Amino acid sequence: MNWKEELNKKAADVQDKPALLGPDVDMKQFKGQSLPGQTLTGQDFQLPQDVAAWVKTVGINPDEDSRSGTFFQQDHSVIFACRKKEIEGVEVMGTPQAIKQYDWLKNYYWKAVAVDTDKYTSEAETHQHPGGYFIRTKPGARLTLPVQACLFIGTQGLLQAVHNIIIAEKNSELHIITGCTTHPQVKKGMHIGISEFYIKKGATVTFTMIHGWAEDVEVRPRTGIIIEEGGTFISNYICFKPVKSLQMYPTSYLVGENSRVRYHTLIYGLGNSLLDVGSRAVLSAKGARAEMTSRIIGQDSARIIARGHLVGEFPETKAHLDCRGLLLSSAAQIHSVPELEAKTQGCDLSHEAAVGKIEEAQLCYLMSRGLNEDEATALIVRGFLDPEVPGLPEHLKQEVRKTIELTSEKVM
Amino acid sequence: MSLLEIKNLSVEIEGKKVLNGINLKIEKGEVHILMGPNGSGKSSLIMTILGYPGYKVCAGKITFDGIELNSMPINERAKLGISIAFQTPPEIRGVKLRDIIRISGGKSLWNPQIEPEEEFATPLLKKVGLEPAQFRDRDINVGFSGGERKRSELAQIFASNPKIMILDEPDSGVDIDSLKTIGIDLGEYIKRHNCACLIVTHYRHILPYLNPTQAHVMCGGKVSKSGSPMEIFTRIEEKGYCEYLGLCPPGIKEEIERELVIKN
Repeated sequence: MNWKEELNKKAADVQDKPALLGPDVDMKQFKGQSLPGQTLTGQDFQLPQDVAAWVKTVGINPDEDSRSGTFFQQDHSVIFACRKKEIEGVEVMGTPQAIKQYDWLKNYYWKAVAVDTDKYTSEAETHQHPGGYFIRTKPGARLTLPVQACLFIGTQGLLQAVHNIIIAEKNSELHIITGCTTHPQVKKGMHIGISEFYIKKGATVTFTMIHGWAEDVEVRPRTGIIIEEGGTFISNYICFKPVKSLQMYPTSYLVGENSRVRYHTLIYGLGNSLLDVGSRAVLSAKGARAEMTSRIIGQDSARIIARGHLVGEFPETKAHLDCRGLLLSSAAQIHSVPELEAKTQGCDLSHEAAVGKIEEAQLCYLMSRGLNEDEATALIVRGFLDPEVPGLPEHLKQEVRKTIELTSEKVM
Repeated sequence: MSLLEIKNLSVEIEGKKVLNGINLKIEKGEVHILMGPNGSGKSSLIMTILGYPGYKVCAGKITFDGIELNSMPINERAKLGISIAFQTPPEIRGVKLRDIIRISGGKSLWNPQIEPEEEFATPLLKKVGLEPAQFRDRDINVGFSGGERKRSELAQIFASNPKIMILDEPDSGVDIDSLKTIGIDLGEYIKRHNCACLIVTHYRHILPYLNPTQAHVMCGGKVSKSGSPMEIFTRIEEKGYCEYLGLCPPGIKEEIERELVIKN
């Protein structure tokens, strides 16, 4: 049995294993069909007009302006995967193709996330049409423009399973914008996304993920990040559209000295969404640092569980978690679950959390300046979600802001 | 017809009477001082004029420019030309000072694509002595010193071009130099725009800049005395509120008597 077959068997063994968190999804209700199509490289990136307009709301630039490269997967078909001609030092391709091309990839595949974690990792490994992207920067390559990746569901009731591998080689710099969404007419479906990040010595990766699903879509991302000495990972997660249920708990393993991770999470829970979203950092080397901030809004009947878990396994480590939640309706719920776990002396772990409704004093103050109640609420909410992500380059910050404006137009 | 007219106003908060038959008239360009011991009803009167929730008018009425305000929401009153500088304005993270100044002036939020250099809030910040480059993009009141808050409030008031400005203790927590700047700015504005003004204060320091018309002393939810500001200040400074008003603030007298009984 080769390594791939071994992994496949391991995955098959846990096909019914429920996840530790989140409602259990019966995956039989979703379709696996919709045949994979052809990967197009070396040609212009072109999308149908309606799709092009739609994916802009999740940060995807259909004309590839200000991008280093693009990956676009619709259902099970990789429509496009290519770096821009003039950009050197980065590879963008589908993961199945990368596995064929690079034998060494077996040293990364399922090494940051365990294949037997639960039935969803099992499904991702055993899925009939595997997909996902492979992005790798070469040593020393510093890309200022982001690579964009879009995972798009265009068929009603489809189960899309992808496995992404991102490798930032030594001293490289990589920015990724990932937009995950469904076609406006698709209401039901499921997305399983495995993402494994490898941040080598001195490398920096910023990862901005924008989710824009539909109200009957189940989402189960499984993410692991391994950060070596002096490496930095910055995650910026944004979800402003309703979803049936979404459960994720990305985990960073800070294994190198002076490695860094920052998570910034912006969630606007709408409709009947159930969002169980956390971030975890395991600090296991001297000087490792983690910082997590989340800004959560609960409207309508949305239920949001905001988790954070800091694990100190080594002295001289430091981590802080900051979670703020705002309830905009009496039927919405926010449950903040911060966890600090010190396994040795000398780790400095802290958290602050505050959940409540908009303060009347703030509303009245803005109204005394001439805004009506709805306008005042919108301004406070917009301010609450202000994406001040330390470490994100200015042009990306501007772009995230624009995307938030675009995404939130209908909400606020 | 007076600019602001309050007739026989009584107000309750959660069933407890806080204002009891207030009468007050302010004409265009007049500056009125509102004084009184803590808990006498000054803040309740201001909040009722502004239309804050929780202040239930149970009798009387407030008219402004001939329009009855009693059931009008806060923002509608602001649009009529009633503007306030709060004593301790709230912090709002993510809401920028430049934007709140623009909102006060009826403008939309700053959009650098339409207006590459911000042109509305910037001169107003300069005018009140807040360095625009340093303050324009700050979250409103977050990390502001006492003096900076007062100046920021003034910039918002000036932006709104009010018919009446209500200043809640503009001189508290402000150093002597800031007080002078604030006083001069206010005095000039009032004069140039013939703007009316209602100021809550405990001190006379700001008065020389504002040339006040009348002072009112509140006690127990009523206006107990009205008259010349300088004269009233002098007498209160000499005697204190209790003796000047000829009574102790509600509850205090009973408390003192109770303590005496216990001691004896």
